[in-house]
Amino acid sequence: MATTKTAAKRKPLVSWVEGRRFVNPIIYLIAIVVVAANLAPAAFIIVGGFKSNSEMTVDPAGLPGEWRWSNYLYVLQSSSFWQQMGNSLFVAVITTFGVVSLGLMASFVLARYRFRGSNALYSLFAAGLMFPLTVAITPLYTLVKTLGLVNNLWGIIIPQIAFGLPMTIIILVPFLRAIPREIEEAALVDGCSRLGFFWQMVLRLSVPGVITVGIMTFVNSWNSYMLPLFILMDEENFTVPLGVQSFHSAYSQDTAMVLAYTSLSMLPALIFFSLFERRIVGGLTGAVKG
Amino acid sequence: MTALSGALPKRKRIRYARTTGREKIEIAALAGPAVLIFVSFVIFPVVMALRYGLYKWKGFGEPTDFVGLQNYVIILQDPLFHQALLHNGMIVVLSLLMQGPIALLLALLINRKLRFRSVIRVLLFVPYVISEVISGTGWGLMLQTNGAVDELMRSIGLGWAVQEWLSDPKIAIWSLMVILTWKFVGFSVILFLAGMQGIPDELSEAARVDGASFWQIQRRIILPLLGPTIRIWGFLTIIGCLQVFDLVYIIWGQYISATAGTSTMATYMAQNGRLSGNFGYGNAVAVVIFLISMTVALLYQRFILNRDTEGAITEGGK
Repeated sequence: MATTKTAAKRKPLVSWVEGRRFVNPIIYLIAIVVVAANLAPAAFIIVGGFKSNSEMTVDPAGLPGEWRWSNYLYVLQSSSFWQQMGNSLFVAVITTFGVVSLGLMASFVLARYRFRGSNALYSLFAAGLMFPLTVAITPLYTLVKTLGLVNNLWGIIIPQIAFGLPMTIIILVPFLRAIPREIEEAALVDGCSRLGFFWQMVLRLSVPGVITVGIMTFVNSWNSYMLPLFILMDEENFTVPLGVQSFHSAYSQDTAMVLAYTSLSMLPALIFFSLFERRIVGGLTGAVKG
Repeated sequence: MTALSGALPKRKRIRYARTTGREKIEIAALAGPAVLIFVSFVIFPVVMALRYGLYKWKGFGEPTDFVGLQNYVIILQDPLFHQALLHNGMIVVLSLLMQGPIALLLALLINRKLRFRSVIRVLLFVPYVISEVISGTGWGLMLQTNGAVDELMRSIGLGWAVQEWLSDPKIAIWSLMVILTWKFVGFSVILFLAGMQGIPDELSEAARVDGASFWQIQRRIILPLLGPTIRIWGFLTIIGCLQVFDLVYIIWGQYISATAGTSTMATYMAQNGRLSGNFGYGNAVAVVIFLISMTVALLYQRFILNRDTEGAITEGGK
């Protein structure tokens, strides 16, 4: 099947390929320029960490005369850096787990159960897209304070789970809906309960969607700034973004050091993301098709 | 399904009737936790903001100093808020005009068998994954007076065009736009690419056989079929632009964003609310931002998203 399809495609392509050969170098050139512009700020940050401060002042755009590891080593030896990494990791892992598990259960109900109010429930979550954290931050701070969770990592985790749910549900519902009815019927005929179907089939079949929302949640949590800014007070509770900012103000004269700190703190999200990039496109495809 | 319909419906009806109670429990058990946490931490705070916004309140204990709509009157008369609103409006319009065409063009160019295509895709996404704090720190240092951008421009003979990128009120908003475009174009491209994957290859193949040029195919086939994706992209972009906070707050700090001409409603809220201890006022600003976002979102859904039978976000539950 697959071979006949490509064979059928190949024939009309001949004239097209010649056209493409002419266009391709231009496209590669555009791609190179765009990618270079995209990466320039990250390169500036990473390279800057290898410079001395005088080089930073005299020649901010150039390469270092000598590649110094001292800034990076200094940051890697500081305990506050690792503390913040640990805090961010803790928050991101628990947030991701919460968003995925709660979101998957709710999406399953919305996708596979017929009941009055299911439309309203879906709209309720979808409406959540309309008020991101920014709008709710002031009253949210008040609520977190009332619960005694100010200056506590749980004061970030719980709201982040709540605000992560709308996007998760919007991406997962189409995934779960796409599981053929026949599979469910077969499971039910075999004496499997609806919940049993959920545990045995749905969890396995929804893995691609789950990975997509998992990565997005993890990266969002890793990068989140406004909520920790409002909730966390003490340096020992800071997550990485707050740490970068406070390091920047503490070492404002030592630009190269700030850049070393900054580039080390962006690595985890970048690595994590590039490992799973394919999955994001796959998941978004499902969501966009609706 | 239809083949089985002779036998199934009867059994099905009986089973549904028998298990309704059980199903209700299952629905509650599965959806309950998500609904509970969502309502208490997303809906409830927004509702409480409506109440707190009516008080003069420093955030300690219960609010008692009821001032009615006075906070709202002050907000709507404050020229600083007008400025912030104007900046948000500019950010929305400019983001749509700058990011849309660039991202569409890139997506159209990449949507083919290119060597290194997956590498290009990952690299395009890098700015989106880098946190706003890091982007802000990096760009702030690059754009500062005599920073990397100034030096680079001088070295290629553009020294005459060097500006005060961050502090000149005429220029700063454009610097912000460049940074925002840099940060979000990758996400838009990925979204468009995802939409393009849903367009059957056969359509472009057929047009190609009939002698259509590359651009004709893009304009007549790909773009129209990409409509739903573009409309959802527009929605996400507009809502995101109304909430801009992190980048502005990090690069321009809490105080100079207004004088540099880059303040947004959210930085106005942070500065005049929690940071100055006026929680009643901050909540009122939150309500105003919420009302503006919601109005825009509803109008957008009513007039633009609803043109799609399938694509509308809130219609998916049917």
